[in-house]
Amino acid sequence: MSPATARQAMTIPPPDLQQTAAQPAPRHKVLIRNVDFYYGAFKALKNVTMPLHDRRVTAFIGPSGCGKSTLLRVLNRIYELYPGQRATGEVIVDSENILAPGLDLNLLRARIGMVFQKPTPFPMSIYDNIAFGVRLYESLSRHELDERVESALRRAALWEEVKDKLQQSGLSLSGGQQQRLCIARAVAVRPEILLLDEPASALDPISTQRIEELIAELKADYCIAIVTHNMQQAARTSDYTAFMYLGELIEFDETERIFTHPKEKHTEDYITGRFG
Amino acid sequence: MNVYARRRMANGVVMTLSVVATAFGVLWLVLVLWTLLENGIAAITPALFSQMTPPPGSAGGLLNAIFGSVMMTLVGTLIGTPTGIMAGTFLAEYSRGSRFGEVVRFINDILLSAPSIIVGLFVYELMVVPMAHFSAWAGAVALAIIVIPVVVRTTEDMLNLVPNSLREAASALGSPKWKVIVMVSYRAAIQGMVTGVMLAVARIAGETAPLLFTALNNQFWSTDLNAPMANLPVVIFQFAMSPYADWQTLAWGGALLITISVLILNISARALASWSTFKP
Repeated sequence: MSPATARQAMTIPPPDLQQTAAQPAPRHKVLIRNVDFYYGAFKALKNVTMPLHDRRVTAFIGPSGCGKSTLLRVLNRIYELYPGQRATGEVIVDSENILAPGLDLNLLRARIGMVFQKPTPFPMSIYDNIAFGVRLYESLSRHELDERVESALRRAALWEEVKDKLQQSGLSLSGGQQQRLCIARAVAVRPEILLLDEPASALDPISTQRIEELIAELKADYCIAIVTHNMQQAARTSDYTAFMYLGELIEFDETERIFTHPKEKHTEDYITGRFG
Repeated sequence: MNVYARRRMANGVVMTLSVVATAFGVLWLVLVLWTLLENGIAAITPALFSQMTPPPGSAGGLLNAIFGSVMMTLVGTLIGTPTGIMAGTFLAEYSRGSRFGEVVRFINDILLSAPSIIVGLFVYELMVVPMAHFSAWAGAVALAIIVIPVVVRTTEDMLNLVPNSLREAASALGSPKWKVIVMVSYRAAIQGMVTGVMLAVARIAGETAPLLFTALNNQFWSTDLNAPMANLPVVIFQFAMSPYADWQTLAWGGALLITISVLILNISARALASWSTFKP
């Protein structure tokens, strides 16, 4: 598909899905416009244009190396940690172009939480793992901080398991617990957008299910983008799906339509498992 | 002879050679330690730790030399460690892929393998000649120059072992770079970094050449860093070369003392490296 179709999908409000019929049409939280991305001389994203809706989950799917993780990493400009990586185009969050030069990246990243494929607990206590991000931008009293840590852990469905061992190392938790700790850590700083980069791919089925339930709960408050290799997961968790291939956005639509009536032959082939 | 038997035989030959070579290497080490114990144990007396280095023919100990060694090792480490950690941090965290970083790393590797007598001569020219006298300060600076490349190297290596995903995770929370380094990278690498510092201390505890040209020696009790100061390696050097039996005994005692201290430092460093800071 061409960027034009993507733009269409973006500007024409999608007909309400049955389960969301009672709610007003979601507004755009993020507008990705004509974004190109380069690893040195290699062009990894080609003129990508698509929206992310507020309080909805958008899934990025596609074969390995298609640029879905790259696109996610553009949204909080985490790629800037590495010299030689750059993005052009516009990413409008609310009304601000976050790709504009001179932006305070730390403030930007505080507004946009990210969870990675492999759990990345910091080498400190469970409590400090959560408090680390909060302390960066807020000076709370001990009591307020305790409350914030508890509510973040509750949101991530981890509180009951760790409430008696908050001073133990975050590294002592199981893989699934570590990943929920990372989600709690991201949620604790109260971001507006959550970026999830294959958050369940390193986890067992039960932990995966918990993470998926968590995503369903979190979308009540956040704009969520999730990269996944797992087609069922995309179908289960997301409201919108973007199919990418070789750095291009092939198709963007409501998840239900992508999985039942994809417009593009390419999308259909991928979803039905004929390639990828 | 079938293939299996041939392989077994080849394996037997290689294993035997390896074992013999290992035994040969360890034999010398054991002999050195044994000789040291045999000759040094007699000198380990309360007097060794309570009396000053004596003139030939009278009784004495190594108190002033022990104090001097501890003092200069301490000051050398205090100067060298922060410098080494900062430089190692620069190499690992700030200079990735930069030309300047590569040059610094290359020079540091040269310094790491530079003979310590050259460091002694350098500090002699740098401090002793302008000040017109030997001093403990000059000795400590010479030791610091030996500490720095060791700490730079271990700090850089240990920080390079910290996965980038951890740095990304901290940055993604909006953390400024210096906080990522101090709060996350250092915490993840701290054991290795401390181990590096301890190995550097062990290295300078026995260095003689850099002190010969800088701190020299002092027969008397002195705590003045601006004056020459006694220290174990130089005292051992002087006493062991002397024709006096009681001096030679003290030299053996000093040598045993340094060896035991370095052994303890090395064991502590290893214990620290295998000990997890955060036990589950």
